[in-house]
Amino acid sequence: MSTPKRLAAALPFAVALCGAALAADLPGLGKPVSEADLAMWDMSVGPDGKGLPSGSGTSAQGAAIFAQKCEACHGKDGHGATNAALINAPGKSDRTMALYVPNATTIFDFTRRAMPFPQPKTLTNDEVYALTAFILVGNKIIGEGEAMNAETLPKVQMPNRNGFVSRYPEKH
Amino acid sequence: MEGPTKHGMLATGGLKMFRPAANASMEEAMTRKHDTLASHLPDVAGNGLVDRRALLGRGMLFAGAAATGVGGSLTGAAAEALAVDPWSKEPGAVIPPYGVPAKYESKVVRTLTNPNNDPRTSNGRTPHHLLDGTITPNGLHFVVARAGFPDIDPSKHRLAIHGLVKQPLVFDLETLSRYPKVTRVNFVECGGNSAPLFNKDPIQANVQAIHGLVSCSEWTGVRLSTLLEETGIDPKAKWLLAEGADGPSMNRSIPIAKALDDAMVALYQNGERINPAQGYPMRLLVPGYEGNMNVKWLHRIKLIEEPVMAINETLQYTYRVAGPKIWQFFFPMEVKSFITQPSPGLTLKGPGFYEISGLAYSGNGRIAKVMVSADGGKSWGQAALDAPVNSKALTRFRMPWRWDGQPVVLQSRAWDEAGNMQPTRSELFAERGEPKVNTPVTAFPMGHMNVITSWSADNKGEVKHVYA
Repeated sequence: MSTPKRLAAALPFAVALCGAALAADLPGLGKPVSEADLAMWDMSVGPDGKGLPSGSGTSAQGAAIFAQKCEACHGKDGHGATNAALINAPGKSDRTMALYVPNATTIFDFTRRAMPFPQPKTLTNDEVYALTAFILVGNKIIGEGEAMNAETLPKVQMPNRNGFVSRYPEKH
Repeated sequence: MEGPTKHGMLATGGLKMFRPAANASMEEAMTRKHDTLASHLPDVAGNGLVDRRALLGRGMLFAGAAATGVGGSLTGAAAEALAVDPWSKEPGAVIPPYGVPAKYESKVVRTLTNPNNDPRTSNGRTPHHLLDGTITPNGLHFVVARAGFPDIDPSKHRLAIHGLVKQPLVFDLETLSRYPKVTRVNFVECGGNSAPLFNKDPIQANVQAIHGLVSCSEWTGVRLSTLLEETGIDPKAKWLLAEGADGPSMNRSIPIAKALDDAMVALYQNGERINPAQGYPMRLLVPGYEGNMNVKWLHRIKLIEEPVMAINETLQYTYRVAGPKIWQFFFPMEVKSFITQPSPGLTLKGPGFYEISGLAYSGNGRIAKVMVSADGGKSWGQAALDAPVNSKALTRFRMPWRWDGQPVVLQSRAWDEAGNMQPTRSELFAERGEPKVNTPVTAFPMGHMNVITSWSADNKGEVKHVYA
């Protein structure tokens, strides 16, 4: 917690050292903050697993949470209801996790930040790992007994990882 | 100089057509890249398209009408004697603190896909067929929201910029307002706008349903580059993550190059604080890029090396083109135009003069030219563009038209200053694959749809959506 104060104290010296240009051109009204003080906000998880918290969960644990907190919108077994199917059901949309999600970390990231819909950000990390495992098992991407955690999740091979073609930088 | 064009096309009504030599070379320069069509086009075209210069003044129209007698008179049947109306004989109503449109305009509203705020995405579409000009009123700006809009206390809202920076910083609304600001007119378009045109058969829906997920505002705010200069940028940073303060914490990865080019932390929309459904009290604006990247309720920017692969850049806003091949990071909304007047639901009231009008825009810069056809693409005339033509902004085009009451097919086609040409259906599907199914207006089978839209009018003046 001392970091911001220390930086704030150091700032006038930094400005003085950098010369008049910085002081004149930039308002300098942003308040220094430490990454530690941003930890509650910084929930993003990269495809390499950077940002994944501690905790662990299995599909069996996830199934129980799913029935309680997710099924109302996503349907029995995740086959879709008023909201999207999370587990591929025959005859439904082809916009499936297997085809359209190149990294399993995305499932964790979105579930943690946005779900369950009425109370986002209330799931524990264990619950998010368990739900991620449930979705991955349902889509036959990992085995029934595999636990998902910061170690295993980034290593999951999504089936269409190599199917993605970046349009950026774009043609003009 | 006068007489039929080399295609022998005479506009109905026998108006004189000519094409100044100086214009021809200018147009060729404007369309240097793809255009094999425009350099052969007459300035006025079949089924009654009138030279756009007719819009400059009435003299030419009078001359044309007098020469042909089409429609009898420019001004129609003689008017009745005018009585003094009741509202001219009494004082008016109290001026309200915040004005709203006239009560007679109550049908000029967005169409909503989720009016009861059920737990799912809400779409609100802009009624372009009932608007004119280029600026969308704030209350009619299209909305795609994952979970309604949050009630954010502006005094408590914070914007944090961190990650691969020299010094992470936090800004509040008050301090941001003291930064040097810029004002720009830019459209925002959902990546899924116009998706009904992917249907195998032409959907019978109006311009609001088909093209209502694009809107345009004058945005005022702080350049993102100004704030990044203050935090400092680690050279390893190639992307940034932008995240909203809404319940689902919507997030997207954005190239740092775009952030340093023309991205803005917008604080004002059309002169007032940003509308709550548009991101109050601040949103990211990445002009020309698909709408979803213009993160609303912006509260965090993290500089990163590689994209985070957020849900909205993997499971959504990605486009399957062939087999397992999926386009990702498809950012600029490409050149598009559509006719708003007339359009389905706006019935033509008998033969005579009309102004064909519509919107054109490109995520790659300014609109260079819009051509209009009234005969399903056989002949084209160049439309007038309302000035100023802003970069990455809605541009209003206008084409004077004398309808003879016979069936017509109206189309518009736009070119941008980068030389991109709006594609025909067959041109787009050659790359993306032919559509095989029909989906409802609310479905988004694919995105970045920018083909030519066709409206037919029958001899009763009823306007329908067709493929032509």
